[in-house]
Amino acid sequence: MDDAASSPFEIRDYLRLNMMPHFMCPGCGHGIALRALLWAVHELKLDKNKLAVVSGIGCSGRVGAYVDANTFHTTHGRPLAFATGLKLARPDLTVVVVSGDGDCLAIGGNHLIHACRRNLDLTCLMLNNEVYGMTGGQVSPTTALHRLTTTTPDGNVEPAFDACALAEAAGASFVGREVTRQAPALKNVIKAAVAHEGFAFVEAISDCTEIYGRKNDLGESPEMMLSQKAKMRPESFADVADRQYKPNRLRTGVLAKHDRPEYGRLCRERAARGRPEKRR
Amino acid sequence: MSAAPPSLQGNRACALAAIAAGCRFFAGYPITPSSEIAEAMSRELPRVGGVFIQMEDEMGSLAAVIGASFGGAKAMTATSGPGFSLMQEHLGYAAMAEVPCVIIDVMRGGPSTGMPTRPSQGDLMQARWGTHGDHPVVALAPASAQEIYSETIRAFNLAERLRTPVVVLFDEVVAHLIESVTLPAPKTIVVAERKWAKGDERDFHPFAETDDLVPPMARPGEGLRVHATGLTHTADGFPTQQPGPAGRAVRRLIDKIERHRDEIERFETLRTEDAEFLIVAVGIVARAARRAVADLRADGIKAGLLRPITLWPFPERATREAASRARRVLVAEMNAGQLALEVERLAAAPGKIARLNRIDGEPIAPGDIAAKIRELAANG
Repeated sequence: MDDAASSPFEIRDYLRLNMMPHFMCPGCGHGIALRALLWAVHELKLDKNKLAVVSGIGCSGRVGAYVDANTFHTTHGRPLAFATGLKLARPDLTVVVVSGDGDCLAIGGNHLIHACRRNLDLTCLMLNNEVYGMTGGQVSPTTALHRLTTTTPDGNVEPAFDACALAEAAGASFVGREVTRQAPALKNVIKAAVAHEGFAFVEAISDCTEIYGRKNDLGESPEMMLSQKAKMRPESFADVADRQYKPNRLRTGVLAKHDRPEYGRLCRERAARGRPEKRR
Repeated sequence: MSAAPPSLQGNRACALAAIAAGCRFFAGYPITPSSEIAEAMSRELPRVGGVFIQMEDEMGSLAAVIGASFGGAKAMTATSGPGFSLMQEHLGYAAMAEVPCVIIDVMRGGPSTGMPTRPSQGDLMQARWGTHGDHPVVALAPASAQEIYSETIRAFNLAERLRTPVVVLFDEVVAHLIESVTLPAPKTIVVAERKWAKGDERDFHPFAETDDLVPPMARPGEGLRVHATGLTHTADGFPTQQPGPAGRAVRRLIDKIERHRDEIERFETLRTEDAEFLIVAVGIVARAARRAVADLRADGIKAGLLRPITLWPFPERATREAASRARRVLVAEMNAGQLALEVERLAAAPGKIARLNRIDGEPIAPGDIAAKIRELAANG
């Protein structure tokens, strides 16, 4: 138990109970990720009135509405851009983006890399379930090779993104990954990410049991969770990456933490100093 | 105060007006011929405690603007046709989630990348119908640097008052014209503020059907923790697909703008009371038409001009009245015929509508309009 928590975590304190029952499928990992997020919020003693959750489209996008905070369900792939405006206009708010693998890496890939580069004080929690669940199970940028989806009936031939490597390469000053199987560990990574001043990217390895799991005979929720570290990894890059590849071992925990100036602070300091002497 | 008014480029007048209207956030992406607006905002906004950010694309730009507006800031972006196409997604979102924001579209030749440095009026219909679904839109079409100044302020006021995106459209000629602009004393500028929600969370329905159809907005951080979404939603802000609430939600958005039509509508008439030949035009074409009216009148031809300043919602009654009195109506525009569709729809006798169009990147000259009217007059 973390010593920061003064009272026990009670998830109902952070949920909109009038929104229950939620609409996620049985066995879906997103609920565990949501729990981990709220648990982190609790331990950080954040004021719900000062918390903003910005989400995109897809199963991950619907998670935000259950949080008893200022919640903005935006457009597909663009929650980071909405959050950028919100945070710049309101530096007093803690802004957490909840996105998915399709939302964040496909349609929103450009916003992701630029958010990483800028290093504005946002947390991006990307729920990676390897599939477009909301639309019925199409291939996503993190679908592992050979997997069956409704748009890869013969098996996926596209390599998957390593989202954390991408985020770090693009400049994210905090990068972490955890699996929903280990909710306390996921909570700790999210907590460190939210507390970090700068852009923090967290990938939560989640499971889509109903659509993706069923289609690929991955078993029920317990079986899928047990294989999270082994099966869900960008294995297609194993041969080309110039770093040591460890089979069946997805790197988790805090993967990167860099001390870089925070964008919002830089903007405000720059404005306060006025224009440089030499111009025109 | 007898000093001559400053000479301002249209785009710069737009930026100064935005700041005078209280704009404190700008997100944009470089695009000709609107870039001077972003450049001016990057210089001016930090001086007044505002934030400028150059985003990675136009989708991100309008998204950031909406995000800032969610946070309570008056916010704006500026773009041109290709960027405006990319912004349609968020124009629809802002209409649906009822987020005040201002979108400047400096029109250039299209379609596609078209003619980046040449003027056009090709986006008139895109402003109205560019995004999917039935949604209201407010679009203003100033014709001079002076009017860009006043209409940009009005755009912010309408956006804030009505919780709606407002588009300001002007062509490249007006954007780049440098002409004298009388800047009003700051104290005389009327600046509208958003209707903010206060009170008990239990009683608060962020998308309730209020008397004026504009629900007050909750400012994050003050205790009203609300949900906003682009999904069709109930008065509580949560998604619904039930026919009753869903229909009412979309209907209210449409009715909201209709209900405030008198406040939104603005147009100018020039000698329309006895005009046998009515010209309908906006932007720089309307300025050419003004000259054409004077020349034609000097020759004894009774010409008049109707110039919508509010493009959407279109000044329907004024158009109907002026068109019904005229023998012929000439719609002059720098596109292949967009305004004409609206005028034809409204005129009792569509047969009396004639068109004058240019799509080659050149503005329509006064002589072009006068010649066309003379031709119409000669043919009875």
